[in-house]
Amino acid sequence: MIDNTIEFLEPYTYLIIGSIKALVIAGALMGVVPGLVWLERRLMGRFQVRLGPNRVGPFGLGQPISDSIKLLFKESIIQSSADKFLFHLAPAIVVFTSIVAFAVIPFGEPITIFGQKIGLLVADVNIGLLFVFAISGMGIYGIVLAGFSSNNKYSLMGGLRSSAQMISYELTLGLAAVSVIAITGSLSLTDMVKGQEVIPNILIQPLAFLLFFTAGVAETNRAPFDLPEAEQELVAGFHTEYSGMKFAMFFMGEYINMVTMSALITLLFLGGWNAYGLPLWPILAFAGKVAVLLCVFIWLRSTYPRIRYDRLMTFGWKFLLPLSLFNLLVTSVFVVL
Amino acid sequence: MELLIFYPLAGLCVIFALGVVFNKNPIGSAMSLIAMMLGLAGIFVLQQAHFIAILQIIIYAGAIMVLFMFVIMLLNLKGDDAVWKKREKNTLLTVLTGLLIAGVLYKVLEITSAGEFDSPAHVLETFGTVREVGTILFTEFVLPFEVASILLLVAMIGAVVLAKSKVD
Repeated sequence: MIDNTIEFLEPYTYLIIGSIKALVIAGALMGVVPGLVWLERRLMGRFQVRLGPNRVGPFGLGQPISDSIKLLFKESIIQSSADKFLFHLAPAIVVFTSIVAFAVIPFGEPITIFGQKIGLLVADVNIGLLFVFAISGMGIYGIVLAGFSSNNKYSLMGGLRSSAQMISYELTLGLAAVSVIAITGSLSLTDMVKGQEVIPNILIQPLAFLLFFTAGVAETNRAPFDLPEAEQELVAGFHTEYSGMKFAMFFMGEYINMVTMSALITLLFLGGWNAYGLPLWPILAFAGKVAVLLCVFIWLRSTYPRIRYDRLMTFGWKFLLPLSLFNLLVTSVFVVL
Repeated sequence: MELLIFYPLAGLCVIFALGVVFNKNPIGSAMSLIAMMLGLAGIFVLQQAHFIAILQIIIYAGAIMVLFMFVIMLLNLKGDDAVWKKREKNTLLTVLTGLLIAGVLYKVLEITSAGEFDSPAHVLETFGTVREVGTILFTEFVLPFEVASILLLVAMIGAVVLAKSKVD
């Protein structure tokens, strides 16, 4: 019986392994969000010389659980003037794209289980980096549609700002990545990590790292670039009209994007799962680097005030973009030589 | 297996393409167009052209359609807009356009069905990779490539000049 089943499933092994990997990674990503919210609130509390959430459970660890339950059971209000279909679609797009973008991110050497070689990523495509950019570019639609379908001035302004900001900073992000691609000679993220076995790219390309990190913070709509949801001017920006779980989905998308961006920076600049002599498992080395970057994201939020909207665009187009073009030029010259 | 993926994808593409035309709401039309382009990207993946598929998503579904949405939202086009309504009444233009497209389609069908279809050509391992597309683009098709880039540059400069309120 079991033999027959195994024989029947044999040709579909890759499908089964792929689905299991996809489920595990999507689940893990969604599970990481409450932890990250807790970490952010605790760290922000310390940065601002207060305690942060500490009442529910040890160190306030029960807080995200109680918050999620509250959000799940909250009434979901839709105002009558909203475009119903798009209003429901928008948060789904945000979460969907943020999870799918993680599919091509590798977090370790392939392992072997039951004679099957299993890569530690969902899909090993040879253009992994482009895939991440393409999918995270689709995530803009979630925010734009949320702003549009709410039929609210503040939401519309938030959506417009967000699309303008993401288009502008995507250029810098892409160009900074291109200089790394020029060094590695491949678009595959696994090859990039292999190319950094001796020294991480951050030492060869410090400027590209700074550019990529800045643009990455802007792409994930994190402070000090959180213009789409600037509370003081726009109430809450594109998600002003959302409540309950749909409101939470936008934050889920934002936090997952943060994880993806940290993972991408780790892979491109910090050497991925190479531990550089430290006695660490590859996966632990990777996770540690991502965790440190996530803390830096939170640290940035509590350190810098939000910059003004026109300054943001000027900064992106007149400072970051020429700088990244210059960096690419210098890198290309060195690669050719 | 391939056909099993192809037919749903192609069907969805056609449905969304019809959605672009028949949608009453400009934003709805734009969303249908995005969905159709994603479907096309899926068909490209099925043809082993991964790079082209990703370019389809990045350039068309990503960059260009975001600009479309941007413009629609800035103009604040609503379904009851006078200009948007006009397209429903112009029967003559509709029929003429339809005839024109039918003619083109007929010609295309005639050309494609004239040749014989064998089993699919053998595809090289390197087909559709970034290296291959880049090499062909910069050797065999370098002239069209450069002409297109100059055209885009001219268009961009023209847009900047037009957008400036005062030419000094």
